[in-house]
Amino acid sequence: MTTTDRTGPDAAELRRRVRALLDTHDPAATERLEFLRARFDAGLAWVHFPPGLGGLGAPRALQGVVDAELAAAGAPDNDPRRIGIGLGMAAPTILRYGTDGQRGRFLRPLWLGEEVWCQLFSEPGAGSDLAGLATRAVRDGDEWVVTGQKVWTSNAHNARWAILIARTDPEAPKHRGITYFICDMTDPGVEVRPLRQITGEAEFNEVFLTEVRIPDTLRLGEVGDGWRVAQTTLMNERMAIGGLALPREGGMIGGAVATWRERPELRTPELHDRLLRLWVDSEVARLSTQRVRQQLAMGAPGPEGSGMKLAFARLNQAISGLELELLGEDGLRYGDWTNNRPETVDFYGRDAGYRYLRAKGNSIEGGTSEILRNIIAERVLGLPSEPRTDKDVAWKDLPR
Amino acid sequence: MTADDLDLLYSDVEQDLRSAVRDLLTDRCPASSVLARCDSDTPYDLGLWRTLAVQLGLAGLLVPEKLGGQGASAREVGVVLEELGGAVAPVPFLGSAVLATSALLGCDTGDGRVAALLGRLASGESTAALAVPLSTAPGGAFPTGVRVDADGVLSGRVTSVADATVADALVVPAVGPDGPALYEVAADMPGVRIAAATPLDLTRPIADIEFEAAAGGLLAGARTATAALDGALLTGAGLLASEQLGVAQWCLDETVNHLGQRRQFGRVVGSFQALKHRLADVWLEVVSARAAARAAADALAKTAPDTALLVAVAQAYCAPVAVRAAEECVQLHGGIGMTWEHPAHLYLKRAKASEIALGTPGRHRAALAALADLPAAG
Repeated sequence: MTTTDRTGPDAAELRRRVRALLDTHDPAATERLEFLRARFDAGLAWVHFPPGLGGLGAPRALQGVVDAELAAAGAPDNDPRRIGIGLGMAAPTILRYGTDGQRGRFLRPLWLGEEVWCQLFSEPGAGSDLAGLATRAVRDGDEWVVTGQKVWTSNAHNARWAILIARTDPEAPKHRGITYFICDMTDPGVEVRPLRQITGEAEFNEVFLTEVRIPDTLRLGEVGDGWRVAQTTLMNERMAIGGLALPREGGMIGGAVATWRERPELRTPELHDRLLRLWVDSEVARLSTQRVRQQLAMGAPGPEGSGMKLAFARLNQAISGLELELLGEDGLRYGDWTNNRPETVDFYGRDAGYRYLRAKGNSIEGGTSEILRNIIAERVLGLPSEPRTDKDVAWKDLPR
Repeated sequence: MTADDLDLLYSDVEQDLRSAVRDLLTDRCPASSVLARCDSDTPYDLGLWRTLAVQLGLAGLLVPEKLGGQGASAREVGVVLEELGGAVAPVPFLGSAVLATSALLGCDTGDGRVAALLGRLASGESTAALAVPLSTAPGGAFPTGVRVDADGVLSGRVTSVADATVADALVVPAVGPDGPALYEVAADMPGVRIAAATPLDLTRPIADIEFEAAAGGLLAGARTATAALDGALLTGAGLLASEQLGVAQWCLDETVNHLGQRRQFGRVVGSFQALKHRLADVWLEVVSARAAARAAADALAKTAPDTALLVAVAQAYCAPVAVRAAEECVQLHGGIGMTWEHPAHLYLKRAKASEIALGTPGRHRAALAALADLPAAG
């Protein structure tokens, strides 16, 4: 392997620190939240974060060492599926652009799961063209007054805080008039309405913002620099969706191969060939994400990461579709259409019908597959963009 | 063995090796000269092969130092194959330095004949071919087309052998009185006739070989011959994925370059989403193929327990990626892509022939049915 100079503790040192934590906090005899607080304060929450903020400035790739040691010791985790938006999107953005005060206030309860986060980005009129967003933030002394409508907001119904982008300068071209805020979801001007999905449940919401008051101390980054700050969030979102470390047959393929093995009467030659193709594609996607992580660990991130979400969207949709066909008559039935409001986002849980329907979102959420192909073609391959008429025009003058 | 144990990256030493090979190929193997050679009587560039084999020492990468080789591994061979694929270099590296050499390494290397031939191949003094059809997949039955008698005299026929016309030694699977065996037969031995076929892949010629009472020397008897042959085919299949990666990467780069310059409708055509989305898809497949090819190479280098599975995955994945990249290259070049003058067709022909070589993707998927416990219907 290539060697790179690194700072921070190595794997052996992290193991030593995990043992020290376990010595003073026996997981079997310690209350869950108390254990998690001790873990955070020992710098073993996210080891690549700085000391004092739950980390040790260690290489990100070594998080797996800590997680494995703690899991083996029966330690509780912070239920990452419940707080995925906070962990995957808000936290890296706050770390990169937040003030010391913001980092100190928000990161610990975020990681502990004491405070759930959601993301107020998309709007009815600003989906793929996110920079065209119309939610307005108007300065009023030390505060901003925010009015507008957000949509596709996962977990808004559970969230204490939101990351928010809003328009602060309608006179500027659309990418330059946006500012990034932290929004208090308990503000009386915030109204959350469930939005029922094709799965039957309401995992996401519409969020109406009516004269929500946000103190200027909860601004992330400079006024007008919100688009750049948001890129950090979006990059991390795509990595979070596409970059999960999986064992062989982890992810969507797991359910299909389990059914294949358990129910020989369902097998047909045509389904066999498709299953084998998708098994190969799943294994290659798994190896590809592993390679991306190895590049990150060596301090040499490549552009490959931006493609992984694209790969998993296609795979999840193809596999879940195959699984329903494989089930035959059972594929005619659906688990439950009840409009409930889940606490977690789950791609692979529940029944095959749910997986098939939920996977349709994988090529839409966090940047559509079409937008991701544009990003790859333009930023990785260096091809020119489509001619644009909206780039240098004041946002207020754009046709809507 | 999990993916966490595999090293899917390139080491600094491997990147240095890549640079050395690439520099040489840029200098000595431009597309124009490869193309010109296709119309000549000398489809192989033996001068280039000597430089690669002798000066750079690439023929002996897989051979231990004590047997006269470089003592490297499948990882380094994979890097070399990526570069050779990217140049569709007309050299017998796959046939001699990978297939024939791997078969010999599966024999008893303490045997004088085996060690001597390995030494000659590693030094570049000799070039060998493994006398099986290039389409042979690992895991199949031992070939029975050639018989050998108790005196080591071979008779029979093998078709579509890669890199045979420039080989001076043949490593021949033959069935004798005691069962499967591997024999060394000198290409100029009386009773050996090597007839070049007209190949689909212009840059990797194939030949049909007839043995009519040709004298051979025993390399491996029934105890080791089957495993030696199968190991060579597995190594070849796994490393061919790296060559396919090199082919696909060239096709992608060339097409991106073309679409970034070509203008129609008053625009650079690479700005049309309909075209750049296709290239983004090819890019993603190339990125994925790299992970698959590195996994196979690293598993072969470490003789990992799931090597056969990772080789089957790499071949099932990378072979179609190379074909699609080459097909997209032809299509997205428009009329130019259909001309003999543009080198795209050399890559298409290499990609399609390589898809058949050492087991089609379908055969490798069929192997996975057993390797990954996904049994067929019925």
